[in-house]
Amino acid sequence: MMRKSWIVLVIILIGFLIKLLQETASAKPIDSNTLINNAFKYDGKVVEFQGEAIGEIMKRGDFAWVNIHDGQNAIGIFMRYEDAKKIKYLGRYRVKGDIVYVKGIFNRACKEHGGDLDIHAHKAEIVKRGYKVDEKVDRAKAVFGIGIFLIGSFLMWIVFRNKW
Amino acid sequence: MDKSVFKSDHIELRHVLYMTGKTLSAIGLVEIIAVITSLLYKEWNMAFNLMIGTGLFFVLSFIFIFIGRDTKDQRFSWGAGMSMVGLTWALGGLISAIPPYLSGHFASYLDAFFEVMSGYTTTGLVLIQDLDHAPMGLNMWRHLITYIGGQGMVLMTLSFLASGMRGLLKVYMGEARDEQIFPNVIHTARIIWFVSLLYLVLGTTALTITGVLIGLPLDMAFFRGLWMFLGGWDTAGFAPQSQNAMYFHSTSYEIISMMIMLLGTINFALHYFILSGNYKEGIRNAEIKSLFVTITSLSVLGIIALKVVYSTPIIAFRKVFYHFVSAHTGTGFATLYSQQFFYEWSDAAIILIVIAMLAGGSVCSTAGGIKALRIAILANALVNDIKKMIRPDSAVVVEKFHHLKEVALQDRHVRNASIIVLLYIVTFTIGTLAGTFYGYPLKQAMFESASALGNVGLSSGITQPSMPDGLKVIYIFMMWVGRLEFMSVIALFAFLFKEAREG
Repeated sequence: MMRKSWIVLVIILIGFLIKLLQETASAKPIDSNTLINNAFKYDGKVVEFQGEAIGEIMKRGDFAWVNIHDGQNAIGIFMRYEDAKKIKYLGRYRVKGDIVYVKGIFNRACKEHGGDLDIHAHKAEIVKRGYKVDEKVDRAKAVFGIGIFLIGSFLMWIVFRNKW
Repeated sequence: MDKSVFKSDHIELRHVLYMTGKTLSAIGLVEIIAVITSLLYKEWNMAFNLMIGTGLFFVLSFIFIFIGRDTKDQRFSWGAGMSMVGLTWALGGLISAIPPYLSGHFASYLDAFFEVMSGYTTTGLVLIQDLDHAPMGLNMWRHLITYIGGQGMVLMTLSFLASGMRGLLKVYMGEARDEQIFPNVIHTARIIWFVSLLYLVLGTTALTITGVLIGLPLDMAFFRGLWMFLGGWDTAGFAPQSQNAMYFHSTSYEIISMMIMLLGTINFALHYFILSGNYKEGIRNAEIKSLFVTITSLSVLGIIALKVVYSTPIIAFRKVFYHFVSAHTGTGFATLYSQQFFYEWSDAAIILIVIAMLAGGSVCSTAGGIKALRIAILANALVNDIKKMIRPDSAVVVEKFHHLKEVALQDRHVRNASIIVLLYIVTFTIGTLAGTFYGYPLKQAMFESASALGNVGLSSGITQPSMPDGLKVIYIFMMWVGRLEFMSVIALFAFLFKEAREG
C-alpha cells in the first residue's frame, strides 16, 4: 500500500515538473524579434518579457493595454489595471518610460483580441523607474532657424506686396 | 487671345521657376502648422528644425519667383508643366527632408529623404528610428507631407495661388490627375480640397471620440486621430507609433480606419457626385464595381489561403480583410508585424496581396497602383472580344462602361490601360529583381517591390535603415513613378532631352 502511494506521488511530481518546465519555456526575458519570428513556437506558452512602457495606458474595464518596447519592437501587454497604474512614466519625446517586466501567456493571434499578437500578463513589475529628459536647446540651430525663418517671411511679404 | 511670347512647346525656364517657387512657398506655409505644434509642446529644437525648413522654402521660393516674376501671365507648354511638376517634387522632397534629418531620428539624409518621398507619394514605407519617442512636431510634419502629397503639391498651388495663371491643365495632369470634375481646373482643385477638408473634420472627430473611448487622453486622442486620418485618407499608411494601427488594440478604431481607407481610395469626382445627391452614381460606377469585385475576391481567396494560420473565421476575416483593404487601397496600415507576413503568411497569400497592392485604388484619388478604372476597362475589353468571337462576323458589338457618364469602350482606352499595366509589370519585375540581387528572398522582394511601386507601404521587413542604399534609391524612384504614373515621368525626361538637344 505504502509503495503504491509512493509511485502515485512520484508520478504526480514528475507531471507537475513537466508542466512547470513547459510553462517556463523561457526562464529569462525573451526579446521581441525572437517572439515574433518564432510566434508559432511560443504560441500559448508562458513567457517573460521586459522593456520600456511607451505611449499611453489604455484602460479597458478592470484591465488595460500597455505597449512595451524592448528596443526592437513594441508588443501589446494586456494586464490588470491595478498593475498598469503602477507605471508612472510612459516613453515619449523627452520621457524615458518605466522599464516593466511582465510574465504571461504569449498569443500569436489572440482569440480574445481579434488575432493580435500580444501577451496576457499574470505578473507585471516595475524594474526601473523612468525619468524626464531635459531638452538642451541648440543655440546655433536656434539662431539659424529663427533667422532664416524671419528673412524668408520678409521675402514672402515682398512677393505678396508686389503681387508677383 | 494667347498672350504667350514663348515658343510653342518650349520650356521657358523662368516660367518654370516662377511656378515652382509659388508651389514651394505653399509647402512652406503648410509647414508652419508643424512649427506651431512643436511650439505648443515646447519642443524647441524641433521647432527650430522646422523653422529652418520653412525658411529655406521661403528663401528659395523668393529667388525663383523674383527670377520669373515677368512670366506670371504666360501660358504653360506641356514641357514646362511637366518640368515644373518634376522640379517641384524634387526640390520639395529635398527641402522637406531637412527638418526630419536634423531631428536625429534618421540614420542618414538619404533615409530622411526616403521617408519624405514615401510621404509625398503616399506610400508609407518608413525608415524613421525610435518613432515612439519622436517629437509631436516631427509627427505632424510627416503627416502633413502625406496630405500635401495626396492632394498633390501642385494642386495645392492651383487651389490657392493660381489666380491669373494660364495653361494649368498641364501641371494638373502632370500629377497624374486623369480627369476634371469641372471644365475649370481651379474649380476642380478647390472641389478636391473641399471634399478632403470635409472628411478631415468628420474622420478626425470620429477617431478622436473613439480614441477617448478606448482610453486615450483627449489631446492625444485628437492628435493620434488626426494623424491616423491623414494616413488613411491619403492612403499613406504613416502612423504615429511604431506598431502602426496595432498600437490601439481596438476593433472600433480598425473599422473606422478601414472606412477612411476606402473613402480615400474613391475618386474625388465620385465623392463630389455623391455629396451633390447623385447617389446612383455610387452604384453604377465602373470603378466602384471593379474595386468591390477585386477587394472581395482577393480577400476571400486570402482567407482561404490563410485558414491554417488563423484559428477562427472571425480572426481570419479581421486580419485578412483589414490587410487586403489596406493593400488594395494603397494605404499600408497594419495590425501585424512586418516579419509576420514573411514568417506566417503562405506563398499563395503573399501572391494575392501583391496583386492587391499592384491593383490599387481609383483614378483621381490619393491611391496608387494600376487603378480600378483601368482594370474595369481591360475586363470590359475582354468581354467585348469574347462577344465578338461568338457572334456572327456581321454583328456590331458596342461595349460601354459607366464612369460618371456612359462611355463607349474604344481602342484608345484599352491601349492606354494596357500600356500602364505593362509598365507596372515591367517596373515591378525590375524592383523584384533588384531585391533578389541584394540577397533578399523572392517572396520578400516581390512584396516590397509591389508595396513601393503601388504606393502601399506594407513591408515584409526589407525596408529598414540597414537596407542597402542602392535599394533605397531604387525604391524612391519606384515610389515616384508609381505616384506620378509613368507617362508624366517619361514625358518629363523626353522634354528635358529635347530641350537639351535643341539648346
